Amino acid sequence: MQTIYTDFLVVGAGLAGERAAVETAEAGFSAICLSLVPARRSHSSAAQGGMQASLGNSVMGEGDGPDVHFADTVKGSDWGCDQEVARLFADTAPIEMRRLAHWGVPWNRVVPGKSIYYKGGKQFEKVEAAEKEGLIMARSFGGTAKWRTCYTSDGTGHAVMCTMDNRCAEKGVEVHDKTEAIALLQDGEACFGVVARCLRTGELRVYLSKATMIAAGGFGRIYPNTTNAVICDGGAHAMCVATGLVPMGNMEAVQFHPTGIVPTDILVTEGCRGDGGTLLDVDEKRFMNIYEPEKAELASRDVVSRWMTHHMREGHGVKSPYGEHLWLDIRHLGREHITGKLREVYEICTSFLGVDPIHQLIPVRPTQHYSMGGVRTNKDGAAYGLKGLFAAGEAACWDMHGFNRLGGNSLAETVVAGGIIGRRIAEFLEGCETEFKTGLTNDEVKRQQARIDALISGRDGSENVYKVRAAMQDALHKGANIFRTQEGLEKCVADLQEALIRAKKVGLRSNGKGVNPELTAALKLEGQVRLALMVAYGALMRTESRGSHNREDFPARNDRDWLTRTLAYWKKPEDTLPTLEYEPSTTVVEIPPGDRGYGHAEIISADDKKE
Amino acid sequence: MSRLLKLNIFRYNPEDEQSAPHMQEFVLEETDSMTLFIALNRVREEQDPSLQFDFCCRAGICGSCGMVINGRPGLACHTKTRDLPGEITLLPLPVFKLVGDLSVDTGTWFREMYTKTESWIHTNKVFDPTALEERMDNKDAVAIYELERCVECGCCISACGTARLREDFMGAAALNRVARFLIDPRDQRTDRDYYDIIGNDMGIFGCMGLLACEDVCPKHLPLQNQLGFLRRKMGITSIKRLFSK
Ligand SMILES: Cc1cc2nc3c(=O)[nH]c(=O)nc-3n(C[C@H](O)[C@H](O)[C@H](O)COP(=O)(O)OP(=O)(O)OC[C@H]3O[C@@H](n4cnc5c(N)ncnc54)[C@H](O)[C@@H]3O)c2cc1C
Ligand code: SF4
Ligand code: SF4
Ligand code: FES
Repeated sequence: MQTIYTDFLVVGAGLAGERAAVETAEAGFSAICLSLVPARRSHSSAAQGGMQASLGNSVMGEGDGPDVHFADTVKGSDWGCDQEVARLFADTAPIEMRRLAHWGVPWNRVVPGKSIYYKGGKQFEKVEAAEKEGLIMARSFGGTAKWRTCYTSDGTGHAVMCTMDNRCAEKGVEVHDKTEAIALLQDGEACFGVVARCLRTGELRVYLSKATMIAAGGFGRIYPNTTNAVICDGGAHAMCVATGLVPMGNMEAVQFHPTGIVPTDILVTEGCRGDGGTLLDVDEKRFMNIYEPEKAELASRDVVSRWMTHHMREGHGVKSPYGEHLWLDIRHLGREHITGKLREVYEICTSFLGVDPIHQLIPVRPTQHYSMGGVRTNKDGAAYGLKGLFAAGEAACWDMHGFNRLGGNSLAETVVAGGIIGRRIAEFLEGCETEFKTGLTNDEVKRQQARIDALISGRDGSENVYKVRAAMQDALHKGANIFRTQEGLEKCVADLQEALIRAKKVGLRSNGKGVNPELTAALKLEGQVRLALMVAYGALMRTESRGSHNREDFPARNDRDWLTRTLAYWKKPEDTLPTLEYEPSTTVVEIPPGDRGYGHAEIISADDKKE
Repeated sequence: MSRLLKLNIFRYNPEDEQSAPHMQEFVLEETDSMTLFIALNRVREEQDPSLQFDFCCRAGICGSCGMVINGRPGLACHTKTRDLPGEITLLPLPVFKLVGDLSVDTGTWFREMYTKTESWIHTNKVFDPTALEERMDNKDAVAIYELERCVECGCCISACGTARLREDFMGAAALNRVARFLIDPRDQRTDRDYYDIIGNDMGIFGCMGLLACEDVCPKHLPLQNQLGFLRRKMGITSIKRLFSK
């Protein structure tokens, strides 16, 4: 068996992982990123909209600065975030965007003079300043006070990912793609690498490292309907959970987006509604205007998703072989607008649905989109529970997003956090003496091999991995979705516990040889069900509504009792529920909790807690 | 109403000594808006859990799912079954190393390509975090992005006669990559530097100009223009070299 040594090992080669690896490589350390797919296929490359940084170059961004960005972020989080981290983020984002420009990102630039833009379906004019010519341009995005979103045409994530991966190649950062980390190496105090499975041959391999980072992206695939890539499956989170020592933060905070297309849940942009598109039900009637007479389709993301789900529950959904959905109607915007301003939507509809949105309705439903929760770290990116273990990007709960993240803030987080935490890791490596414990390593490899053998031989049972996975997804979909109630969550937890029992009894139907995809799925299934239980059980216990977490039975945001972050542990392998602990959401308070200015307004104030 | 689709899929697992390359037939009922992504996943979940194929974004963005679909390299995720006849033949992309069934190793190929073309900005300027960003004409930015849209799916390489004949041919994706840096004002390399990379039979002079590459590119990259542009530029550079010797 192959053993590979490196100073810094990153599980994940998306923007967060590669940015951190570049930072340590520049400080003279060796760095390897593992990835399920070639780095540039990481989900970071799917982001089209852009990334937020308060450069204030565009005329519509005038007056912007880190303070405004910080305030938007804290409000967006519904005061669930760590304000010290949000501050660090807002202050650093402009520098990181400029650095990316230096490294090769072809950001769209300010073109001076007159131009038109649309808002709420209406046309407006703006004039860009001559002295800003050639600086990084910004576009408008939901939830922000200013135009702050830096972008490269309609492929921001792709362009930044290419540049970052080029930078890795230049700096000698190795990317081992088609390699899946399946277990952490640790001695109860420190982490010293991982056991990985080669997805070219199926063989196990050991990576020994002084510092290890989890930058494995989101875990949306534990839900049946998600905008996430198929690799966003939580396998790396599960590996941390399996240690019993590393807690996940705020797992109940899951963001849903109103317009994923059916059946594949690919995202069509919020711009459709922004430009005047409407949502229709099975009778092809509008309904958002009934629920939200003022804002209708233009209410905030979480609000629209909630009403859509409600309306389908009331029996107004369109039945399809892929489940119920609603319609998005942009026909009245006309051919020119659709093939021009909404070109990407036009292409998605024609290529993936065979639907021509100029003449036909688009089938849509609210869909899981982003995981605010993840591996809990402190502000230096160090994971709780194990020395030498770090996390960054969507996989982490560094916690600048709290209970709801703003569009454009995630991609920016990947590079900002990657840079800051990468520097902390370089400092950690400077003073680092590690012993690699070969005994423990051998034991872990044996344990993983035994797991594989058991699955292949069907020793523990003959449950079908895909059926159990579907049962888990179905339970979450029904009980831990946009709306949550005690009853629904209790049922969800019970169903997931049943799925957990079944997951322990999976046996393969195929022979498991080589890069067997059934084995790949089976190896992470039990861990995925544990993550699902962390989501559902955390949501059951959190008796308030905050950001994306909506309890119909507890509609108020309760700052008196719940200005806290949930920490979910899986203390023992035989446990059937996670152990929940709580810590304050933030220790530094720059902006005390208040009204966000949108969404629900009912708040139980923290001041009510006097004695 | 719905058709029964017949999928003929190439099967081979190099890690299993019992396995020999062969075609296997699967029958599946077509549903509304079915794509090959949906069809192949259903085959795997319901009929043969060992079937290997690659999807990632399933949205035409990441380039994972290149395969030969009824004789033509393309992205499987944005291929709708309703645009295909009832009998569909799926083969792995040629040129790349086979991992198993429909899955090939494009990662290694493209990583070698970055190394050969030194696919990063070459500059002696140092980043100053306290300064404003260096200005750039928006037209340049847009032009660079036009070429950077390549998703490295490998379809162009698989469709290329030269690439099939010569293992060391760089292919349209690599030449397009060089063009991307050549037009970037931040890159300080000269035509001569680029000539050292692509001014040979492995590079621009190996291309036969038949343009299968552009025909199959799912991102509709202007490969033809780039190949022409590079051939002219490198032709001139090679003449200049002759005279300066
Ligand atoms: C459709 C869509 C559009 C979006 N648009 C925007 C936008 O416009 N703006 C914005 O700010 N955000 C956007 N987001 C969110 C944003 O794209 C992601 O949150 C962000 O890119 C995550 O980056 P990352 O580096 O944390 O992880 P990823 O880019 O997801 O990378 C994860 C890496 O981990 C690897 N990996 C996973 N598990 C393992 C394992 N077990 N072993 C080894 N490797 C592993 C993967 O192969 C991959 O390389 C969007 C998200 C979606 C789904
Ligand atoms: S034009 Fe050149 S690169 Fe393109 S397919 Fe033909 S030989 Fe290959
Ligand atoms: S140039 Fe086109 S066909 Fe070739 S790898 Fe890139 S996207 Fe694929
Ligand atoms: S799966 Fe990403 S392009 Fe097809």
